[in-house]
Amino acid sequence: MAEPIIALRNVTKTFPGGVKAVDDVSFDIDQNEFFALLGPSGCGKTTLLRMISGLETPTSGQIIIGGEDMALTPPNKRPTNMVFQSYAVFPHMTVADNVAYGLKVTGVPTEETKRRVAEALDMVKLTHLAARKPDQMSGGQRQRVALARALVKRPKVLLLDEPLSALDAKLRDEMRLELTRLQENVGITFIIVTHDQDEALSMASRIAVMDKGAVQQIATPSELYEQPTSRFIADFIGKVNLINATVVSSTPKKLVCDARGLGRIELPHDGRAAGDIAIAVRPEKLKITDTQPKAAKKISTEGKVRDVAYYGDTSHVVVRCKDDLELSVNVQNDSRVGGSGVERGQKVWIHWAPEDTLVLTE
Amino acid sequence: MDSWRGNLRVFWTLFTPGTFWLLIFFIIPLAWMFGISFSEKTSITETEFTGTLANYIRSFDAIYLQIIWKSIWISVLATVFCLLLAYPIAFGICFVPVRWKPLLLLLVILPFWINLLIRTYALIAVFRSQGYLNLVLGWVGLGPFEMLYNDGAVIMGLVYVYMPFMVLPLYATIERLDRSYLEASLDLGGSQFQTFWKVTLPLTMPGIITGIILVFIPCLGSFLTPDMLGGANAIMIGNVIERQFKSANDWPFGSALSFLLLYVTFAALALRAYLAARSTGADV
Amino acid sequence: MAETLKPGSGPLGYGTRLWLRSLFVAIFIALYAPIATLIAFSFNTAKRGVVWRGFTWDNYEKAWNNVALQEALLNSLTIAFIATIIATIIGAMAALFLWRFRFPFKPAYEGVMALPIVIPEICMGVSLLLFFIYTGMMGWSVGMPWPLNLINIIIAHVAFCFPFVAVVVRSRLVGFNRQFEEASKDLGASEWQTFWNVILPFMMPGLVAGALLAFTLSLDDFVITFFTSGPETVTFPVKVYSLVRRGVSPEINAASTVLIVITVIATIIAMKLQAPQKTGEG
Repeated sequence: MAEPIIALRNVTKTFPGGVKAVDDVSFDIDQNEFFALLGPSGCGKTTLLRMISGLETPTSGQIIIGGEDMALTPPNKRPTNMVFQSYAVFPHMTVADNVAYGLKVTGVPTEETKRRVAEALDMVKLTHLAARKPDQMSGGQRQRVALARALVKRPKVLLLDEPLSALDAKLRDEMRLELTRLQENVGITFIIVTHDQDEALSMASRIAVMDKGAVQQIATPSELYEQPTSRFIADFIGKVNLINATVVSSTPKKLVCDARGLGRIELPHDGRAAGDIAIAVRPEKLKITDTQPKAAKKISTEGKVRDVAYYGDTSHVVVRCKDDLELSVNVQNDSRVGGSGVERGQKVWIHWAPEDTLVLTE
Repeated sequence: MDSWRGNLRVFWTLFTPGTFWLLIFFIIPLAWMFGISFSEKTSITETEFTGTLANYIRSFDAIYLQIIWKSIWISVLATVFCLLLAYPIAFGICFVPVRWKPLLLLLVILPFWINLLIRTYALIAVFRSQGYLNLVLGWVGLGPFEMLYNDGAVIMGLVYVYMPFMVLPLYATIERLDRSYLEASLDLGGSQFQTFWKVTLPLTMPGIITGIILVFIPCLGSFLTPDMLGGANAIMIGNVIERQFKSANDWPFGSALSFLLLYVTFAALALRAYLAARSTGADV
Repeated sequence: MAETLKPGSGPLGYGTRLWLRSLFVAIFIALYAPIATLIAFSFNTAKRGVVWRGFTWDNYEKAWNNVALQEALLNSLTIAFIATIIATIIGAMAALFLWRFRFPFKPAYEGVMALPIVIPEICMGVSLLLFFIYTGMMGWSVGMPWPLNLINIIIAHVAFCFPFVAVVVRSRLVGFNRQFEEASKDLGASEWQTFWNVILPFMMPGLVAGALLAFTLSLDDFVITFFTSGPETVTFPVKVYSLVRRGVSPEINAASTVLIVITVIATIIAMKLQAPQKTGEG
């Protein structure tokens, strides 16, 4: 297997005042990955990105880029380039001059500069705006200038800080496709930082979820969603129903526990678990029926519908069950006439497959 | 913001005192002086308005032209030195931890609030032949140097007096500069020097221009500093004007000279307005 | 740029760079050394020269007993006091209507109001001298008893101080939430009552800062006063100037130190009050 393009080893950053923004982070990023750093604000993801770019330095640890430890290398000597959250397109230069900047300051000959700038502008479809000044352009256009400006330098790694956050919904979808397509075409590693899980899940090939300066889990989007390793991750990514439970017995194939509101249930599970844990199930895995389900192998419970929130294509139904357990169910409104099929106050049954249950020991 | 018509009584009540004062005690005296600059002396204290240009023409006499020229280049040098000193200071203050900023700013501005006369006077004790600077130089076997009563002393005095005035607009404009621009330049491969020259400097130009004007104009019109530090060797326009009103009693000529100063001031302000309208940097 | 950065500090961490810190220190020393030595030597026993002979309050005593200096100081304080009051009121009123109303030619008006701040002081001083002579005010005021004979200087000071006050008060007013004003009127208060009970208290720190600014400007002014004062109406800086013409002496140092102390205290108070407010008083 090829060497990782970026290897972080025990990277820590402590700000004056004792705040640990990044706490002993170690992981690898492979070449040509579309990698995401995801987490709530203040989790350290932006600080980590900036340390990879060289705009901040770690208090301790190694940042190995392309095989070389560059933790203390100044940013202009690193094979990385960044697209800033505010785009930072130089207001006193035209688009073409902006894109040419990185080449001019590193002494690239004029002929080659012109050629590469034209290529880059063509890649982001801004050739017709080459002579414009940034203040006459929209936010989306300025972002593309920032992209072209960074990509024209042919970095090994492109860093993007919250690339979609300043865009409106429609532009966001366009840009999402654009970025994924770009990454495939250009064939370099992209690292994005975002607090928006939709962004991360839909664009990245692997995601590192961070909280309080530490990495919680690194996995592909579907692994993160369907196999979260902790309560925090299960709750942070998508919606989830968390249920407290106590382990009764645990074998390499099966877990038996007493779950609040469900009674004693059996779940397929490999690995040990003991004591108090949480089990969880995603709202779209739950099915609502108005009669008790007959299928034997399902986990089921009954309750009363407390609230139905209509979202057009789905409805979120909250059902109150035994022991004050509240379950949130995503129902597809698959009929124009029937709607979600349930209403407030109605008595319903909820069931789901045991293998759709997550077992969270942390 | 309301329209003035919305509440006429309040508007006129508030509008009158300031406008009255501006009009009577600022505009009218200046207008009067404008008229006198086109007048002739008829006696020690009287003048007659004749619309003559003699006073202005006289200011182009060799002797006065020389003084005007000296005033200009002394002011230019003083302004340039101020800029060279003030820029790093303003820049530095912008990049220290936040809790230090107000203190450092206060330390730089405080001398400015001390009386101009006292500050210039303090410099006499430093620069004269038996002054402190020569004393210290004497410890290492140098000097004593004649540091007073020449153009150099005046320039240094002006820099000493007006430097804080240059720091403020520079600080304001550098503070408002988005750091991401500097970071982007570094990230794209620019060195610290290239970043400064191609990004920081152009984007802080409005503050630089404001600072230059705020220092150049008072320097041009100063008379106290050249008087105290320059002696007979460094006479500036301000000294000549002062003499017309205090000893030589040639008010028309003095008025004409004062207005020449004012024309330069207005030209500089117009230039700044023009450049501000065209620039894309952070406006001050 | 350095080949490597320091751990923990980024490429933009200029505040920690040695060359910058050295420059700061050098410039601050250069800025304050002359003033510090001036203050220090006001306590010197030696009459002339730069050698430290011994500590004494003598110079302060002599300055204190110098009748002419006393008179000059009294004049300065009186002028500053009266001019401050007038300039603060006028400046506040100007700030209020500039903040509240739009009217034709407003930018031009604001430009004219900024002129006293920008033009060379000598032009203003000289034009006022001419004005006072031609309107006979110069002659008229000379014969007046104190403090009326100071009226020319007071007028001149107000003219160049009130635009500064207006700027300070206006920047304070920018933070005022007009909904308080509207609420007051909604509850039935008149314009005057609203002003007195709602707007004025909010303005107060700006007013005090502006007043202190006007006070120091007036107290310290030399150029304009130099032209508009006469032999009977000498102010402190003007008097010190005439003393300086005769040469350096510790007495002048003492007198100057007094002025410095007054100015510094006033300035620091004004700056503390100018600090941006976190919440508006309602």
